[in-house]
Amino acid sequence: MAAQGRHGGRKSNKMTALVVDDNMVNQTIHHRLLDNLGIENEAVSNGKEAVDIHCSGKTFDLILMDMDMPVMNGIEATRKLREMGIRSMIAGVSTRSMEREVQEFMEAGLDDYQVKPLTVSKLISIIHKING
Amino acid sequence: MDIVNQLQRQFIDHSTSLHREGIVDDQFTELQKLQDENSPDFVVEVVSLFFEDSEKLLNNMARALEQAQGVDFKQVDASVHQLKGSSSSIGAMRVKNACIAFRSFCEAQNREGCLRCLQKVTHEYSLLKNKLQSLFRLEQQILAAGGSIPVAK
Repeated sequence: MAAQGRHGGRKSNKMTALVVDDNMVNQTIHHRLLDNLGIENEAVSNGKEAVDIHCSGKTFDLILMDMDMPVMNGIEATRKLREMGIRSMIAGVSTRSMEREVQEFMEAGLDDYQVKPLTVSKLISIIHKING
Repeated sequence: MDIVNQLQRQFIDHSTSLHREGIVDDQFTELQKLQDENSPDFVVEVVSLFFEDSEKLLNNMARALEQAQGVDFKQVDASVHQLKGSSSSIGAMRVKNACIAFRSFCEAQNREGCLRCLQKVTHEYSLLKNKLQSLFRLEQQILAAGGSIPVAK
């Protein structure tokens, strides 16, 4: 997916991603995983920052959304982004595994859900859904 | 090359025992695979971040449980949840499992249970820190002796 006209008008064929997670260890690992796959990425620490970065005009091919975050959680942020018309691939990445919790997150507007910890193979399976 | 072989052997043995004792799981191996010539210190950097973060969280838990006027179990749980998340991400299996047990006592608002769990989590964390620091020291010794770090399988 070409990132044409995104990120302040810089044209690039590189996929772009936004990591949304309040945990710095997770942010660092997810950033590295994405870097290794050649995906340009940045990170924010909660759902509100994710919404704000989109309000500033930035968009991303992929959003990795944690569930439990302060200020605005992943469910609220996903709902808000969809209401704003954001059609990016949003993959929920969380430690939650109960069906009811995952369903609530999916219904907020996720395209995919992966249980943490995120690995290379889980990330590749998410990316195949974007391209597939 | 004898000293290098000896150090590499020690590294492999130490790494194997970390896995065998359940101190780390496959996620730690996944982390090691993310390290390459572009990011040669990645594991040490992430683990150092984890140590810094964990010590703050453990202090938060201890302070919250000390409150004479009433423990805010939600606050304790929030810190345990964070530690569970980051320990899971680096493959610190025993720390993660100790956090899972801890969360049940937070939910039950059981202060004594929480204090016991805090002791257990602190113990597992200290063990992990010592063992990983030994592993990283071995890595430095191998590199200083002109050898290469055996690759994690």
